[in-house]
Amino acid sequence: MDISPEHLSDVARLAWPGDDLTRIPDWVYTDQGVYEREVERIFHGRTWNYVALEAELPNAGDFIRSNVGPTPVVVSRAKDGAVHVFENRCTHRAAEFCRELTGNVKEFVCPYHQWTYDLKGKLQGVPFRRGVAGAGGMPKEFSPANHNPRQLAVTTHRGVVFASYAEDMEPLAEYLGPEVMREFEATFDGRKLVILGHYRHSLPGNWKLYHENLKDPYHATLLHTFLVAFGLLVAGNKSLMLADASGRHGVMCSAKSDPSKVTAEAKGEMRAFREGMRLADPRMMDFIDEFDSPWSVTMATIWPNLIVQREMNTLGIRQLVPTGPNEFIMKWTMFGFEGDSEEMTRHRLRQGNLMGPAGFLGLEDNEAIKFVQDGMLRVPGGEHVVALDPATPFGTSQTLISESAIRGMYRHWREVMGL
Amino acid sequence: MTDARIEALLLRADIEAFNAEYCARLDRQDLDAWVQCFAEDAFYVVISRENFERGHPVGLIYCEGRPMIQDRAFALLKTAMFGPRYLRHMVSNLSVAPQPDGSVQARANFVVFEVLTDRPDARILQVGEYRDIFVREGAELKLRERRCVYDNLLIPTALCIPV
Repeated sequence: MDISPEHLSDVARLAWPGDDLTRIPDWVYTDQGVYEREVERIFHGRTWNYVALEAELPNAGDFIRSNVGPTPVVVSRAKDGAVHVFENRCTHRAAEFCRELTGNVKEFVCPYHQWTYDLKGKLQGVPFRRGVAGAGGMPKEFSPANHNPRQLAVTTHRGVVFASYAEDMEPLAEYLGPEVMREFEATFDGRKLVILGHYRHSLPGNWKLYHENLKDPYHATLLHTFLVAFGLLVAGNKSLMLADASGRHGVMCSAKSDPSKVTAEAKGEMRAFREGMRLADPRMMDFIDEFDSPWSVTMATIWPNLIVQREMNTLGIRQLVPTGPNEFIMKWTMFGFEGDSEEMTRHRLRQGNLMGPAGFLGLEDNEAIKFVQDGMLRVPGGEHVVALDPATPFGTSQTLISESAIRGMYRHWREVMGL
Repeated sequence: MTDARIEALLLRADIEAFNAEYCARLDRQDLDAWVQCFAEDAFYVVISRENFERGHPVGLIYCEGRPMIQDRAFALLKTAMFGPRYLRHMVSNLSVAPQPDGSVQARANFVVFEVLTDRPDARILQVGEYRDIFVREGAELKLRERRCVYDNLLIPTALCIPV
């Protein structure tokens, strides 16, 4: 991505307040120049970006539209069975040539002038390349091989497809680190995935706020009164806020507990806690222990654009697509496993009421992120306080009442961004 | 007019009145009354057209039975945090098909406008189609099934009040 000199100088004027990670300035979330640098250095930089599940592309010729950062890409399965990822931009006149969300094709044809691309994204045909009756056409030296859309490096693990603009990315296992990989493999445990459907929504906030929300276990027992009211997630739960060594990835983990064991002290701090409250249909909150993990809930934030949700038995991918500093799009892909009974699938769907843009928890996260961005845009020039748990300056924390994982993420972000 | 034609018109009027009342309950955010629009064994789902047409079952809201619908109402009224808003549900283009078992299949278009307190415009929150099965409980119509199939795949921020 081309950064104009004006933007460089804009960003150059920004300075982090001191060397302290407990204060985050607003411009991190609102500045256009910072956003453009994020696209260049993070989404188009040395990262593995989620683009698809292999279950969405079972056959040769299957494709989906996806994104790496804001950039539209096509993910397709070629005849040799390999998955390819390339920019959805015709090399002739820039048209975003693949318009369908998903489908099966033999080749991609740009509708504007019918330049054609094969399933690997290689330019195959240019109509009238040699003109008509000896007149017109492309210059003699025109080489289709030099006019392929930008190809991205691809890696897949347990049915999850990642792409990178960096050609020499380290293997995914190294990128995630052993602890985050262990949680990834607890959810993607080798069973074949079955797609149950998608949610898509836009959010008027900065994309990093979504990572932070899931690196902020403090909010879970306070904002999400539904969980607390029914005694399902309370401050005394066995829990862990895991961060990888770099600080960019994280996994928020908790184990369902017995609400009768909540201490009086914890109850007093949680306004929403009500003893003896029950759902009219409590099936929604059942947990069927199907994973090799001590945790009933894990929310993995995999830098920079992937959230893996394992909320008891409702499972989903959330893909972040930033569209500017103040807005992003989220695409959710909910899944189950081959071999799920009809009742298990329905259980996953019922439990899905917790999440997504209408979920009891999901809608609250979305609203909270909007409120945060509103606050920054309307009272600008301020800073955020992320000072909880000073005993852990950054990284993994054993307590829910901590913001150390957010600080760890910004330690990494500042390094990559040079800010 | 023939009896059959009168009967069809009356049924249509009943369903139109039902839909108007259903929308009124949602618009005034009287969710406890909204729950009463459903039969005990009702299925209620708000599902994207993308999922519906591909046979993917995931819904934004997915309720099997009136107790789950009641839990949805309770959670939204008592536990959910969202910014204040007004909604208007509009229903039109009703089509009605009585079934041999006495139930009635119906379809109608819907539009839901949403007004937030900090913006002058009413934005279109959802546009789509109700795909319904009605049953009679005594004289009263109840929904045994309402699938709200919405066209605008990208939800703006969050869907807080049902469709």
